[in-house]
Amino acid sequence: MSIEALHLRKTFGHLAAVDDLSLTIPPGEIYGLVGADGAGKTTTMRLLCGALKADSGETRVCGFDVARQTEKAREQIGYLSQRFSLYEDLTVLENIRFFAEVRGLKPDEWYPRSMEILEFVGLADFKDRFAGQLSGGMKQKLGLASALVTRPKVLLLDEPTTGVDPVTRQDFWQLIIRLVSQPRLPNPELSNIESRVSVLISTPYMDEAARCHRVGFMRQGQLVAEGTPGELRSLLDGQILELRGSPLTEIRHLAADVEGVENVQAFGDRLHLRVMQGQAGAVGQSLPERIQAAGGTLVSLRPLPPTLEDVFIMLSAEGR
Amino acid sequence: MNSRLSSIIRKEFIQIFRDKRTLALILVIPVMQLFLLGYAATNDVRNVPLAVFDQSNSPQSRALLDSYRAADYFQIAYVTGSEAELQSLIERGQAAAALIIPPDYANRLADGDAQVAFILDGSDPSVASTALSAAQLIGQNHATGILASRIARSGQGLKLQPPVQVLTTVWYNPDLVSAHFMIPGVIGMILFAITAILTATAVVRERERGTIEQLIVTPIRSGELVIGKILPYTLLALFDTVVVLFAGHWWFGVPIRSSLALILGISALFLLSGLGIGLFASTIANTQQEAMLTVWMTLLPSIFLSGFFFPLQAMPDVLQWISYAIPLRYYLSIIRVLLLKGVGLESILPDVIALTLFGLAIMTAAALRFRKRLD
Repeated sequence: MSIEALHLRKTFGHLAAVDDLSLTIPPGEIYGLVGADGAGKTTTMRLLCGALKADSGETRVCGFDVARQTEKAREQIGYLSQRFSLYEDLTVLENIRFFAEVRGLKPDEWYPRSMEILEFVGLADFKDRFAGQLSGGMKQKLGLASALVTRPKVLLLDEPTTGVDPVTRQDFWQLIIRLVSQPRLPNPELSNIESRVSVLISTPYMDEAARCHRVGFMRQGQLVAEGTPGELRSLLDGQILELRGSPLTEIRHLAADVEGVENVQAFGDRLHLRVMQGQAGAVGQSLPERIQAAGGTLVSLRPLPPTLEDVFIMLSAEGR
Repeated sequence: MNSRLSSIIRKEFIQIFRDKRTLALILVIPVMQLFLLGYAATNDVRNVPLAVFDQSNSPQSRALLDSYRAADYFQIAYVTGSEAELQSLIERGQAAAALIIPPDYANRLADGDAQVAFILDGSDPSVASTALSAAQLIGQNHATGILASRIARSGQGLKLQPPVQVLTTVWYNPDLVSAHFMIPGVIGMILFAITAILTATAVVRERERGTIEQLIVTPIRSGELVIGKILPYTLLALFDTVVVLFAGHWWFGVPIRSSLALILGISALFLLSGLGIGLFASTIANTQQEAMLTVWMTLLPSIFLSGFFFPLQAMPDVLQWISYAIPLRYYLSIIRVLLLKGVGLESILPDVIALTLFGLAIMTAAALRFRKRLD
């Protein structure tokens, strides 16, 4: 296993930031960590790479115990923290060189390796630019490049695309997917499955979560749901209804009062209703009557395939 | 040297040379402070403005004034016509001393019991005390001169010879130049301030900008990070030592009587304390400002309780005891001895041992606190 975390716990004061969290990620997997702000995603990342010491629990990265064989474990890890944290007064190449060397690349290795990785992320032309003068997206790519320069087997990416424009996000994901699908960057003798990179990425964007092989949902320091995007979506199969009609504001209040409706969200000119398990039929009957009685017009009411966003909202609401 | 260490050091140097503020702190400030303190921090009293109210206005009174004029302690700045005028000159600070010669000075001088009044502005005690002894000395010399010429004129063939003569010789700093005492102090202060401030801010900057998080997850060991961070500043501080030393030597004529190797060796030893305090401050502070403040809090007592400005012998016992906990104290006493007396290691050994113990203790405490982790 690339990452094996068992019963991790970390408290700050009397707030449990991570509470009995277990996580297993096999080689070659992209695992998405989602959850509301403050759910414990960043703390989890920091525990996994040993930047924070867990109060209890155990973490192994590629078989190395993070608490006891810390430096060994870290040689396997590429970590990109949430705040861009490379040296803004160094150039792109100087940054990469620094991280390559402190992570053990030899003097004759760092240059070809750095250029290869800059080529990979598309920053080769900017190698002499100061990191402080890069755009937000380029900074994130530089961060990714410096995390990748030693060919780590495990990548921990903490909200790498937050605040980045959609095109750059797209680019960024292409890089991650290429990284995982090719058996570690050019190094043919290691092309068996065990040598593949695995990625743990946290993100606030559900479209990104949908691209992961597996998604874990965190709430109040706990992993409350985990599975492939399909498995998570099926949690709400048949429970999402799309409603169009007018006047929308009144219908919204009306719908919220109907028995069996758990949640109503406005999406532009329509509403998404989440209904209780097995209640879709009943709601489909009673709601149109009510709208009619109140003098409104119902244009359509139909079941929708649930999205990860629906699941996210449902799981977040459960905790309250 | 392993490659991790050398890449941290190289990175640190690149950053130092790109940061104009740090560069100024290292290259300009020390020389500026040398000149500032070399000239300003002096206890040498010269040309004290003197107001004179000469009511006698006789050849004898003028002879007395000439004696005061001849010594460069005083400068006869005002000749007044009344005591009130004289008083207002002192009140307004235009004169720091006043000499009143009574109308009957010449007559009483002939009788051998003349008196003059000498008034000093005591609001600055250090000026006043020097001026006081200078005024007395000049007056006594003048009196002895008059006595000698009288005896000579009486033609009795006697020579005026006091029964005891104290023959004074001042060693090491024969002209008692303050700069020779101050400039070694400046070296100590600069070494301490630069290393402590730069080390503290260099480490805290990594935390403040968030780069520490990337460093933490690299296989760099805490020790490598500490050494890689402080070694560049150690080298630069030693460079500053040499610059200030030679600037002080050529410009202010401060002697360098010991071997440069010994001076640099001891300075490097002293740096341990500065670096240790800087590193310690960095483990307490979260921002660069906090780090600066923490360092300043140790810097001020260091300057005042090390004998940099004020002689330790003059302090109350309690402060003298506290001063034993101030590394700068030991360094100052060593560097002054080395520069001015040119002795070898054996004469300064106790201070060197104290300095070593302090350096090691502070460094160890700081290194223990400095953990490569976020919490």
